[in-house]
Amino acid sequence: MLTLHCPYCGVHADETELASGGEAHLKRFGPGASDEEFEGYLFMRENPKGVHFERWRHAYGCGKWFLAARCTNTLEVFGTYPAQTTEPPQHVRDAISAKRPGWKWREFS
Amino acid sequence: MSNALSALQGAKFDGLVKVADAGLQGMITLRGDFADAKLQAAVKEATGHDLPQQRAMALQGDTGVAWMSPDELLLLVPYAEAHACVAGLRAALAGTHHMVENVSDARAFIALSGADGLVREVLAKVVPVDMDPQHMPEGQMRRTKLAQVAAAIWMQAPGEARVVCFRSVGTYAYDVLCTVAAPNSGVGFYAS
Repeated sequence: MLTLHCPYCGVHADETELASGGEAHLKRFGPGASDEEFEGYLFMRENPKGVHFERWRHAYGCGKWFLAARCTNTLEVFGTYPAQTTEPPQHVRDAISAKRPGWKWREFS
Repeated sequence: MSNALSALQGAKFDGLVKVADAGLQGMITLRGDFADAKLQAAVKEATGHDLPQQRAMALQGDTGVAWMSPDELLLLVPYAEAHACVAGLRAALAGTHHMVENVSDARAFIALSGADGLVREVLAKVVPVDMDPQHMPEGQMRRTKLAQVAAAIWMQAPGEARVVCFRSVGTYAYDVLCTVAAPNSGVGFYAS
């Protein structure tokens, strides 16, 4: 069972209270982008065994979106942070580095 | 004027704990910027309470205010005063970014009463929340999933809990609570 800390409510929300929103930190490519960029934005997703960044919504609680860093292999959660964040905050990166030295996810490490 | 009926129309169940329709309660949804002084003053004027801290609620009789999300409050007022209260809030908040709506008739309101440990246990059977008094003290609002539907729950007093959900699923929520409050279904997880 996955339990994520909602940064808005401050509660440890059970997975059943949450709605999954897919991969986090996607960069939108719209009008004027190349076909490859647009394809990447629409379809290309990470599918790692290990560190992953995801969007979650506290659907049955405050209704807010937040981002979570977790391990898809062990379900270990490294941290959650507000959705208005364009890259993982330093404390979350440090928490991951402490447990998974040398981790890499897209352009972040 | 039509005759207002609560969602459960006075339904009552006596099992492990008492599950009952809590009757008509004025409820107003207010969304806006909590940092706004105008909004803070309007809430104080309408309910007599200051803006609650995260997840907190203040309640006196049937008038109170509860924290629902970083930009949403639930104001509790006597049923008959809800319309006037909404009009007052609209006037007070004119020109400020906000939303205020009377949702009294859109909600079902259920009361659970009995031994404190058993009330907590009955809720704990259907919500993914640690109902221990340390984590769910009185004066704390918790929005969560009750069995299959969204609900807001709080402990009003020792052995007194309140559940708010959408009116359309009120009967479902009531039936679920009656089922898990069946006599002889006690687990004794929380001390009474």
